[in-house]
Amino acid sequence: MAGFGKAMACREHVRIRLGTRFMSSSSSSWWQSVEPAPKDPILGVTEAFLADPSPDKVNVGVGAYRDDNGKPVVLQSVREAERRIAGNLNMEYLPMGGSVKMVEETLKLAYGEHSEFIKDKRIAAVQSLSGTGACRLFADFQKRFRPDSQIYIPDPTWANHHNIWRDAQVPQRTYHYYHPESKGLDFSALMDDIKNAPNGSFFLLHACAHNPTGVDPSEEQWREISHQFKVKGHFAFFDMAYQGFASGDPDRDAKSIRIFLQDGHHIGISQSYAKNMGLYGQRVGCLSVLCEDEKQAVTVKSQLQQLARPMYSNPPVHGALVVSTILGDPELKKLWLKEVKVMADRIIGMRTMLRENLENLGSPLSWKHITDQIGMFCYSGMTPEQVDRLTKEFHIYMTRNGRISMAGINTSNVGYLANAINEVTRSA
Amino acid sequence: MDSSSVFANIVRAPEDAILGVTVAYNKDSSPDKLNLGVGAYRTEEGKPLVLKVVRRAEQMLVNDNSRVKEYLPIVGLADFNKLSAKLIFGADSPAIQENRVTTVQCLSGTGSLRVGAEFLARHYHQLTIYIPNPTWGNHTKIFGLAGLSVKAFRYYDPATRGLDFQGLLEDLGAAPSGSIVLLHACAHNPTGVDPTIEQWEQIRQLMRSKGLLPFFDSAYQGFASGNLDADAGSVRMFVADGGECLAAQSYAKNMGLYGERVGALSIVCKTADVASRVESQLKLVIRPMYSNPPIHGASIVATILKDRDMYNEWTVELKAMAVRIISMRQQLFDSLSARGTPGDWSHIIKQIGMFTFTGLNTKQVAFMTKEYHIYMTSDGRISMAGLSSRTVPHLTEAIHAAVTRVD
Repeated sequence: MAGFGKAMACREHVRIRLGTRFMSSSSSSWWQSVEPAPKDPILGVTEAFLADPSPDKVNVGVGAYRDDNGKPVVLQSVREAERRIAGNLNMEYLPMGGSVKMVEETLKLAYGEHSEFIKDKRIAAVQSLSGTGACRLFADFQKRFRPDSQIYIPDPTWANHHNIWRDAQVPQRTYHYYHPESKGLDFSALMDDIKNAPNGSFFLLHACAHNPTGVDPSEEQWREISHQFKVKGHFAFFDMAYQGFASGDPDRDAKSIRIFLQDGHHIGISQSYAKNMGLYGQRVGCLSVLCEDEKQAVTVKSQLQQLARPMYSNPPVHGALVVSTILGDPELKKLWLKEVKVMADRIIGMRTMLRENLENLGSPLSWKHITDQIGMFCYSGMTPEQVDRLTKEFHIYMTRNGRISMAGINTSNVGYLANAINEVTRSA
Repeated sequence: MDSSSVFANIVRAPEDAILGVTVAYNKDSSPDKLNLGVGAYRTEEGKPLVLKVVRRAEQMLVNDNSRVKEYLPIVGLADFNKLSAKLIFGADSPAIQENRVTTVQCLSGTGSLRVGAEFLARHYHQLTIYIPNPTWGNHTKIFGLAGLSVKAFRYYDPATRGLDFQGLLEDLGAAPSGSIVLLHACAHNPTGVDPTIEQWEQIRQLMRSKGLLPFFDSAYQGFASGNLDADAGSVRMFVADGGECLAAQSYAKNMGLYGERVGALSIVCKTADVASRVESQLKLVIRPMYSNPPIHGASIVATILKDRDMYNEWTVELKAMAVRIISMRQQLFDSLSARGTPGDWSHIIKQIGMFTFTGLNTKQVAFMTKEYHIYMTSDGRISMAGLSSRTVPHLTEAIHAAVTRVD
């Protein structure tokens, strides 16, 4: 037998045989010139929060759900699914496209339980590494098969969207979205950008609960956007990370997508179970692309798999099993939907409380946007300097763009938070 | 605007060669069919195996109500990373003690290789990687997509069914200084041919004298010889000389965690400061790819590695798998000898790990599939893990027939 198999496993033996230490040709590192990378702005906030010893500290930075006690939550439906899974199944490789069952159930959520597109097998879909992985696979796919295209990204957006399309080497541009003065949607500028983009451009849209602003188009506005997309022949790629989590009703949260489907668009969708099933660290999601027909769907799927294979070969099985166990069992699915509604309702409740507290404190500013906005995040309108004061003086942690993660607010800290916000903004 | 798809001009991608073997096997209705294609361990009964210690760890995790599923940091589970580094480099490795190693959790071996390759493509000065001929089919795609230029060095000698050591030394000797070299730490896939210790030492000296950067792919630690330390010998030899290297680890086979996608990328650097900067740059590669790695499989691994009893239990189960495979090699060799099959079949017991490069040609392979319902990749590679005492006679007959009736 070759190799070290027959040798003594003793480390001493190996070391003695080496004789003189042989240094590599240069005594300096190959990586001497590597610069320290800047910290991730979002994840860096939690790091700073954890390092703070103050008993009053509040983390409204990263977008992970917390219950009213400020604790992370594992849904009952998830715990039950895990109990059923543990000890029962093997851990063999999934196919490159992931769990077929999980993908089937996931498509129903986005496209509709009885979607004709699912029946006609027109959707190319693969399990992905949560939302990030789905966006990246799509970006790589776009680069490979539409190399001359660029992506239009809303301003602002989740910071990692820029990183994803940049690393995929797809040129990017932004389109108007947030209107700072009204803390709402800059609809006319958005429509102008859609009209002025070259025909057939690729656009990234947040399906619901826009991150970081919480500002969504109304149903009417979505219809207008869809119409203009038809006129221009644009491609719509939806990032849906909060289905169910925004309004509490998954079908309602998918309204934008359903409008585009009705209007005949061939869209792409990134779906994530990180928030709505609380499966954050399991990295479960789905990338889908609606095609002309079944043949094309098979083709596109085969090409998506070709991009997944040299990245991670096949996706992780555990989280997918949790999803398919829950969604495949009517009782568990019902329980899950109830639990999602509880989470969404708590957040909506906190929006109301925060706004009321600020108004009761006599803040001279308008805080209506807190309840107008939807989902995990609120774009408070605070400046970076005001945010820095919140952190330094009140040990309140959030990203410097003034984005508040509503999930970090609870009945115990909402008063403290309102007071602090009022303090730093009342002279604004 | 016309409503045809923006992707209308795309053609269908070819089936994966390795996974296609299992597809064909599944379609076959013969009761004698045998799948020696994909490299996943099978028991004597031909069943997939979940290690008992893995089941235990899994139960512990499920029963622990305090466990949550929050995002891991970008670099993954800290315990897992530390323990993985110790596993491959040795607990007393000076590189670890001097904080010169950065380890990040990745998606099994594939993910570790890809993240390492992307890092090299951005920060290294010599963007060519030399890979052995032959090698695992996915290597070329991984490095190519990451932006590296891929070249081959001679490795397998079909005449001896062993190592073409002279060719290897010549090709690496001719490589431009600073080139990256992919090395299979043990149990070379697909040939099962590994260098001896003496040959590894020569390779090391040559590479260090030319400033060639080693990138180890370690997918079979403990699974090859049954001994974890022995199977990491090649890697430790390079680390011991104080130089730098990369190492991709997979827990797919040695812990049977295939579908959980558990692995780690380690980069051994000259100084702790460099290692820290390197780690920060690795995060920039990972974040736009999948943000942070999956928690489940890494938690199982960490649970096992940090508990002395569970660790020992693991080494016993791991050795049992390796021993069964070694015994299959011996049985097949003995069976072919007894049958009087022409040719020298000693490579079957000289090669190591999951795979044997039989030396059969594509016509012979096709014959064995058609007449004997035996499935393997067309390069004549068989997965020893797919064999059992019960099926060795059938395989022997098939090889005998192929060798005597088909050229």
